[in-house]
Amino acid sequence: MDLLEYQGKQLFAAHGVAVPSGEVASTVEEALAAAERIGYPCAIKAQVLIGGRGKAGGIKIAADREEAERHAGAILGMDIRGPRGEGPFRVDRVWIERGSEIATEHYASVILDRGEKKLLAMVSARGGMDIEAVAAEDPAALVKRHIDPTRPFTASAARPLVDAAGLDEDVRDEVAAVLAKLAETAPAEDATLIEVNPLIVTEARQVVALDAKVTIDNNALYRHEGLAELDAEAIEDPQEAMAREKGLTYVKLDGNVGILANGAGLCMSTLDVVAQAGGAPANFLDAGGGSKAEAIVDALTVISSDQKVGAILFNIFGGITRCDEIAKGIVEASKQIELGVPMVVRLDGTNSEQGLEILAAAQLPDLHQEKTMLGAARKVVELAGAPV
Amino acid sequence: MSIVVDESTKLVVSGLTGREGSFHGLRNRAYGTHLAAGVTPGKGGQDVEGVPIFDSIREAVEGEAANTSMIFVPARFAAPAIDEAIESGVHTVIAITEGIPVLDMLRTYWKAREAGVRLIGPNCPGVLSPGKANVGIIPAQFFDPGRIGVVSKSGTLTYQIGNELKQAGEGNSSIVGIGGDPIVGSDFIDVLKLFEADPETELIVMVGEIGGDAEERAAEFIAAEVSKPVVAYIAGFTAPPGKQMGHAGAIISGSSGTAQAKKEALEAKGVRVGESPTETAQIAVEVLRG
Repeated sequence: MDLLEYQGKQLFAAHGVAVPSGEVASTVEEALAAAERIGYPCAIKAQVLIGGRGKAGGIKIAADREEAERHAGAILGMDIRGPRGEGPFRVDRVWIERGSEIATEHYASVILDRGEKKLLAMVSARGGMDIEAVAAEDPAALVKRHIDPTRPFTASAARPLVDAAGLDEDVRDEVAAVLAKLAETAPAEDATLIEVNPLIVTEARQVVALDAKVTIDNNALYRHEGLAELDAEAIEDPQEAMAREKGLTYVKLDGNVGILANGAGLCMSTLDVVAQAGGAPANFLDAGGGSKAEAIVDALTVISSDQKVGAILFNIFGGITRCDEIAKGIVEASKQIELGVPMVVRLDGTNSEQGLEILAAAQLPDLHQEKTMLGAARKVVELAGAPV
Repeated sequence: MSIVVDESTKLVVSGLTGREGSFHGLRNRAYGTHLAAGVTPGKGGQDVEGVPIFDSIREAVEGEAANTSMIFVPARFAAPAIDEAIESGVHTVIAITEGIPVLDMLRTYWKAREAGVRLIGPNCPGVLSPGKANVGIIPAQFFDPGRIGVVSKSGTLTYQIGNELKQAGEGNSSIVGIGGDPIVGSDFIDVLKLFEADPETELIVMVGEIGGDAEERAAEFIAAEVSKPVVAYIAGFTAPPGKQMGHAGAIISGSSGTAQAKKEALEAKGVRVGESPTETAQIAVEVLRG
């Protein structure tokens, strides 16, 4: 899960990294009251999980009460799109923080490098802009070093990176200390990405994290109660929320072909084959191993609650999962819920013949059987029609 | 020959007294795998259908000469269980458990490397050497003994491709599920090395998916070190950036890890990449039969 800026900053503060003091608000009244307490100038920042908020008008500085009210009113409720067209993300809360007197802007991060199986610490004197662009333009400006997994990454271990990045002499110790704290925060909070851009040096020569981008490993939420609560409230899509409640692995997509497959790899492959057949998948849904009738009822409930879905493809290769169980689940589901859209079923693998017989015997209306993945994909695309 | 598991495998299963562990452990035994022992702390001295249970893996190694450990314990206890296996004296650890925190695996990965223990998984279906041994949850009925080695991030996709190979009359030396997590004990390269050295393997099918750069690294390795033909399949062309597609590792972050980039990296090194599981199996058969 990704944390909002203010949630990341609260995490930093808990680990001794300096952040501007601030408050979160979800109405103009709350925002104004917060601004009055914090004082002016203050920054009013849209809390959405996307970069480029500033350019999109989601970050404003208020010099007084009147400006604070105007900016909060404009930002709350606005839709922000990312630099690559992601979103839109509706702003439902803002973070109001004391204005910082910025002398210089830098960059610091700690991320999990999957390929090397180590944490990677990075620092650059050039912050406040797209770090990928900085690295592309001048690779030497971004100093990277893998962290030895067998040793603690202390401030003195971080110091050579800061030296190599060429930050001002007087703040190097402090920046090295911040980098070490970020490296300590990663395992402590199960964060796989911690990025501070910009990490600023103030006119008073203090080192402060002015932004926070943090990704927490979902597999570890069980041991971080506070973060798990944030995750639960972060899901906005109604189908994704329903799927989460039912314990299903579901991802909403933009198309009109509902997909249900067993296994993450086969499910991804099913989306690809539907796209190859000219269709647009509406979702990813992995029914998992050993799927039972009840799970299939849940899955179909979630998929069919998406109004865009024009037809559903069931792609099952039974390994441990038995196709006769799946077929019973489909029959059961069609008794319990009114699907209202055609369904294409492809059953292969363990007990597929029994499964196909069960489906044939049930004589379900608008259910089509196909033998191959590609055949099933073509059929479902034809039945779903043009995307709405 | 075959790789990772065979007739010499003496298996100890952590979690054998649990529902999943006993179901799959006994299935592995029914297939012909030498199931030497089970481990559940506090249940030492009991047995599961004649298989002795020990309190620790080390005791199973000492008492039953177990050399391969399978981990079937719940996610939050799995990393310590893998650590225990690494220190117990077995040479191979196969971790089936799904949902282990990735930073736990980071520590465990290096522990295994330092100890010289082969770790497969986690979040994987295990390893099957048809006709010899099956360790994990791979349904053996779709695979005959033969000359194609399979290494895969995904379980069901592998079964799909294996079944198509079988229908075409081809079998497998070994099928290795390496798992779909961001950090796994053995990557494509580790397994490609074993298949390259295995005289029974004539062709390798590699099944990848979005996320990370293991496929790109494998492409480089294949060009430099693998003499046998490799055919690949990549899942996730339609996956949008930033969305995790089921497997914890299947997520496109920033501009890296896309299926297209992986396909291009492999093709640039002469590896043929199938458009679908079916086409991948067809290409493999075609390459083998010239």
